[in-house]
Amino acid sequence: MGSKSTQHPFFISIFFLGIFLFAWHVATISTPFDPTGKTDEELMVMEFNGDIVQTDDGRYVWNPEKEKVKGVPGPMTVLEKAWIELNEAFVIKGTNDHGIAFLVGYTVSRFSVGFMAASAVAILVGIILGLNQILFRALNPFIQILKPISPLAWMPLLLYTVKDPKWTSILVVFMAAVWPTLATTAFGVNSLRKEYLQVAAILQLSWFKRLYKVILPGAAPTIVNGLRISFGSALVAVVPAEMLLGELGVGYLSWIEWNNLDIAGVIFAILVVGTVGVVLDSGFNKLAGLVTYRE
Amino acid sequence: MSFLSIDHMSKYFPSHSGNGTVCIFEDVTVKINKGEFVTVIGHSGCGKSTLLNIIAGLETPTEGGAILNGQEVTGPGLDRMVVFQNFALMPWMTVFENVSLAVRSAYPTWSSQEIKAHVQKYITLVGLQGAETKKPTALSGGMKQRVGLARAFSIEPKVLLLDEPFAQIDALTRGVIQEELVQMWNATRNTVFMVTHDVDEAILLSDRIMLMTNGPSARIAEIVDVTIPRPRSRETIIEDEHYYKIRNHIIHFLVRHASHGQAEESGDHTDRSGPVKINFRDQATKPVGAVLCGRP
Repeated sequence: MGSKSTQHPFFISIFFLGIFLFAWHVATISTPFDPTGKTDEELMVMEFNGDIVQTDDGRYVWNPEKEKVKGVPGPMTVLEKAWIELNEAFVIKGTNDHGIAFLVGYTVSRFSVGFMAASAVAILVGIILGLNQILFRALNPFIQILKPISPLAWMPLLLYTVKDPKWTSILVVFMAAVWPTLATTAFGVNSLRKEYLQVAAILQLSWFKRLYKVILPGAAPTIVNGLRISFGSALVAVVPAEMLLGELGVGYLSWIEWNNLDIAGVIFAILVVGTVGVVLDSGFNKLAGLVTYRE
Repeated sequence: MSFLSIDHMSKYFPSHSGNGTVCIFEDVTVKINKGEFVTVIGHSGCGKSTLLNIIAGLETPTEGGAILNGQEVTGPGLDRMVVFQNFALMPWMTVFENVSLAVRSAYPTWSSQEIKAHVQKYITLVGLQGAETKKPTALSGGMKQRVGLARAFSIEPKVLLLDEPFAQIDALTRGVIQEELVQMWNATRNTVFMVTHDVDEAILLSDRIMLMTNGPSARIAEIVDVTIPRPRSRETIIEDEHYYKIRNHIIHFLVRHASHGQAEESGDHTDRSGPVKINFRDQATKPVGAVLCGRP
């Protein structure tokens, strides 16, 4: 039995993080180059091969350029890289070398536009299908076929038709986000207690009032669940879309660092993707909390 | 000309086997006067709620129809408000918002002050002052139905339709709310059409009680006049000489129809003379047994 403070999940989290970072650090320690027991000829061959370089004071050390791709970089290397990137967060160095803040901004806005457009379409169509059982049963086979298709599978076709990588990446997010919300909205509206609609009918509420006073709030908890699934799948889709299309963003960052053979950069990009996801998700949960109710 | 009349109304549903139809009830004809409180009693599944829904305009009859104030009922409207068995309050709205949604719809020309005062009046009437900002989840069953009643009375409908309004409320609270309903009804004298299977509730509240046979092909077999003078209260009503006569009569009817109602119906297609009218004041001199055998 531990004391109260160690049972707090926060401390346990810190504890596991510490273990992980330590293990990572130990596993990636690289020993400095030791020339003992090597002949001058051997050293010359190694220098020729680019394994080692001679410093100004005549000592031999591992070639720092080669070191970058030898094994996985340790946590300190990644931290160093992160420090550099974060210091240059708002710097634009070239057409394709924008600071990390810009990249996050591009990804978030690309994600937001695609997700919101998909949500609007999905909720609207979902409500129509939810209120009309015959239409729902007529269209359901198509939804079932389209739903499991990976949004990335649409990319070549989208790229070919819209001929613009910017819009293609947004449409990929759209395709990822549209189906879960559509299906759950239709379900939520359809399983709305019929008494609510009967009350709305007796009170002679207008079509619009019926929609935003009764149907939308009534189905809101289910719709939010659908949005949450869509949200996750759109977030998953936006990174590879950026990679494949070469659109500036955090997914692009991860790919460009790979092309630079900067593994520390790749790990940093992964962490940025995770952070962006957490921040967006918590914002979404706050929003979701406003519209849900208990029966 | 009666205020609300149900005219030769029948309702058929498609049968579960897929071919043909099942008759829920047939040839129901009832005339209800303005300001009258009429109750339908029958076993579960006899179609009494369907009958109420048709009057509300939420369902359509297969044959016949309902006429309110000289106009045929073709759909739901603000002149017929339903109080639902499961309350049907919007759980995302507060008590106040639930009632004001109705008031706003019924009186679209009112200012927000007028609406607020009107809503407050009815919330106070059902004793829920102080609970205006609560959500229905935070209320007990009895309080929920008080909101339901406030919502229904607040739009001052021509006909109030009560669909087993107290079935989901515990017995002790039920009695209290029934009495509150009596008081509200005394104040407003709405025409009320109620559906229930609580005999005591029906006797306490109603002017006339219609007894429905079991479905399928249910009919209104008898109409009992509740010959107990108003004002009534739960305490004094049981001392009335007609109370147990009426109560026993209804319970006998229900028991008879629970055991072999269906068999009786299947061979009983000659009886189309309309419901038997039972009035214990008219028949006060006759032996009770004769009345009980009014429908062999």
